[in-house]
Amino acid sequence: MAKTLPKTDIVLVGVGWAGGIVAAELTKAGYNVVGLERGKERSTNDYFMVHDELRYSERYEMMQDLSKETLTVRHNVKKRALPYREWGSFLLGDGLGGSGVHWNGQLYNFLPYDFEIYSKTVERYGKGKIPEGMMIQDWGITYKELEPYFNKWHEMSGVSGEPNPLPGSPQVKYPTKPSMETPPIKLFKKAAKELGLHPYQMPSNNLSETYTNPDGIKRGACQYCGFCERFGCEYGAKADPVVTVIPVAKATNKFDVRTHSVVRRVLHKDGKATGVLYTDITTGEEFIQPADVVVVSAYVLNNVKLLLNSKLGRPYDPVTGKGVIGKNYAYQMNYGGATGFFDEKFNMYGGAGALGSNLDDYNGDYFDHSKLDFLHGANIRLQQLGNRPIMNNAVPEGTPAWGKEFKDKSVEYANRSIFISGQGASLPFRDNYLDLDPTYRDAFGDPLLRMTFNWKDQDRNLAKFIGQKAGEIVKQMGAKEVLVGGQKVGDYDLRKYQSTHNTGGVIMGADPETSALNSYLQMWDCENVFVPGASAFAHNSGLNPTGTVGALTYRAAEGIAKYLKQGGSLV
Amino acid sequence: MKWGFFVSINEKKLNGIEDNTRRTFMKNSGLTLGGLIVGGAVGSLLGKKPMTKTEQASAPMMHEMAQNPNKALMFFTPDEFKVVEAAAEQIFPKTDVGPGAKELLVGYYIDHQMAGTFGNNSREYMTGPFYPGEATPELGYQTHLTRKEVMTLGIKALNDEAAKRFKSKFNELKEEQQIEILKDFEANKVNIKGAATSGFFFSLLRKVTIEGAYADPMYGGNKDMAGWKMKEFPGHQGSYVNVLDKDFQKIEPKALNSQHSM
Ligand SMILES: Cc1cc2nc3c(=O)[nH]c(=O)nc-3n(C[C@H](O)[C@H](O)[C@H](O)COP(=O)(O)OP(=O)(O)OC[C@H]3O[C@@H](n4cnc5c(N)ncnc54)[C@H](O)[C@@H]3O)c2cc1C
Ligand code: SF4
Repeated sequence: MAKTLPKTDIVLVGVGWAGGIVAAELTKAGYNVVGLERGKERSTNDYFMVHDELRYSERYEMMQDLSKETLTVRHNVKKRALPYREWGSFLLGDGLGGSGVHWNGQLYNFLPYDFEIYSKTVERYGKGKIPEGMMIQDWGITYKELEPYFNKWHEMSGVSGEPNPLPGSPQVKYPTKPSMETPPIKLFKKAAKELGLHPYQMPSNNLSETYTNPDGIKRGACQYCGFCERFGCEYGAKADPVVTVIPVAKATNKFDVRTHSVVRRVLHKDGKATGVLYTDITTGEEFIQPADVVVVSAYVLNNVKLLLNSKLGRPYDPVTGKGVIGKNYAYQMNYGGATGFFDEKFNMYGGAGALGSNLDDYNGDYFDHSKLDFLHGANIRLQQLGNRPIMNNAVPEGTPAWGKEFKDKSVEYANRSIFISGQGASLPFRDNYLDLDPTYRDAFGDPLLRMTFNWKDQDRNLAKFIGQKAGEIVKQMGAKEVLVGGQKVGDYDLRKYQSTHNTGGVIMGADPETSALNSYLQMWDCENVFVPGASAFAHNSGLNPTGTVGALTYRAAEGIAKYLKQGGSLV
Repeated sequence: MKWGFFVSINEKKLNGIEDNTRRTFMKNSGLTLGGLIVGGAVGSLLGKKPMTKTEQASAPMMHEMAQNPNKALMFFTPDEFKVVEAAAEQIFPKTDVGPGAKELLVGYYIDHQMAGTFGNNSREYMTGPFYPGEATPELGYQTHLTRKEVMTLGIKALNDEAAKRFKSKFNELKEEQQIEILKDFEANKVNIKGAATSGFFFSLLRKVTIEGAYADPMYGGNKDMAGWKMKEFPGHQGSYVNVLDKDFQKIEPKALNSQHSM
């Protein structure tokens, strides 16, 4: 029998970026918050031995233990879904701070076009431009409305960057100077400008200089150590919930974080949540934590799983198109890229998670799609992340994958190859969705989430186009050989890391029929449940998601305070 | 009871040996196991004439063993080890630009990895039902076999293939013969007699070979950071703030032990 604990104002399921922001904002506003986090405590002291590529990058030290919980995947509704047994395509964080600890820190505001994608596409190209089965819809909020919340994130985390020179793009002012211009970055910018494009320094959550935020949190500058994405930052220079929002919440004495606490159900009665059921996995005890507001902030895939297992909200049915939980799952199309092989050597061994330069000339609707066979586009970028030697073994086209030639070329090009990649948008389709698996279970015996997903012509055409554009840039940079990717994309390949930019499943919108949340991320069907995270995205842009997750979460935090005062639906 | 024989040796070793010099060990094993060991692992050791003190001191190999306690096996049998070392050397051979898998001690790295959490798939979802047959490769790991089981089957298949084609053990084949067999493994043309394809085994072998060349030396491979030196990768450095804005700088690598003083 589960033991019932004293009631709190707000309970969080998961303490990553979304949970951390809600905790900081609501405790500052005077509310009591209980944060339930399934993983362990974390601090910068954990990273004394962090420059270990094998442990962190290849053995996924900071990720969820898949032996206890995973999801199943299939390419279409006719197939049997099989478990995602070992890490590949995306990585799910675990522990205090969630994936916000081991992310890169590439920090973008989604484009104005994104929030009104349906209306703007129809306005410019007509309804006929949207292919059969594509489910783009407006988000129920505009860029203008979200702008103050983007700024809140920028100030909290101290984003380093410079305005986007592309005509017509929003002119964002960042609180810290752009990151370092390295020789490859200079080369990229020069080449892109020669091609008439508009490169700028990648907006970065790896601090370019010492910064003190409005909460009084002071952090030091990035050391470009080259062990960033998949690793924790020993310097606290990378914006991470553990060194930004969580200490602010803790300082109020109103934040009670309980680690090793796996939430298994949101409990609800008569259309209102009463609290959550969780297990303390160190003792094995079950608890009920009652709360006035339940915040589901467990990352996209866990958010959907938890709602479905809790029987909260209307599950999506791909046949009728009705229902909302699990709808509009989207990902990121990252195959459109090109590798250049140079005579010259660069310091490719060093870098940072968000060190680079990029351009949006082929992103969103900044270019004419009338004659193109896809919508949206990609942010094209050069990233200097630190080419760690196990993972990075680029070789020119035609080189075998092993043996003498492979070895010599992979050594020769270790510091002589530069990859220009495309962070491609992923638009939702009727039969790309999430539901519960009928067969496979987690360590508690609960059904796993099931993902039904494959690339469409939209994705393949986009990758092809972006790959070619990336190839033109590398060529202009003076590469003697260019390997263009994205020209032939097969089925979704779970073995290859692509990005942890899963989106959708609990989407926001203006209409309760076609969305699960309103613009405060409050559930239409259960007014005291809020679901912050990229699960709220109605589609995925050609940019990394977390800036937009952060902005939406700041707005949700405002909504929660409002709700606790006035009750009812906020929209 | 394939493993029973080895288990009994280990038990005898634990129970019966006080004086653990090599000579006494062999003598005692011989005594306790009697006829059983003839032709077995310890038998071949027994046949060798023990070295004198001076021979031992001068033998570079013995010296190296004393220096590097990592050069011992946790998982493979010595015969399996030879196959893995030979195959890894073909995947990542010694060339003019620098050392290959063998010199980097990649075989030992792979052995140690197979003995631990990675080889045992401790952090992977290993709950059934399994459908390795119907799974497309894009869906990734779908066999019920752990990585170390796949490795054992794969090694046996390499030897079987070597015997079938060239009447020899894999590690005793000529370079071109080894490459020919490995290529067929990579292309899924060989049956490894288990719930995994030869291509799957090959990709695991390739993966751990590259890891062994470049992982921090504390894991047993990348001997003396020679993999990093060859690739001009500086290993663990605190900061590149004063480096990255400049043209290429060569930096002497450091391993994590440079960070660790207790
Ligand atoms: C390697 C990597 C690089 C990335 N780089 C970037 C980047 O450069 N830019 C960018 O914009 N985004 C990036 N991302 C994505 C970014 O990390 C996420 O968008 C962000 O962390 C999402 O925040 P979240 O709070 O929704 O989820 P998370 O930060 O993942 O937090 C969710 C938390 O919930 C916990 N949890 C889950 N289920 C339960 C449960 N049942 N009970 C209790 N707790 C639970 C988890 O343990 C976790 O701590 C990257 C991700 C990865 C993995
Ligand atoms: S690259 Fe910079 S932000 Fe990233 S871990 Fe190293 S010091 Fe921290």
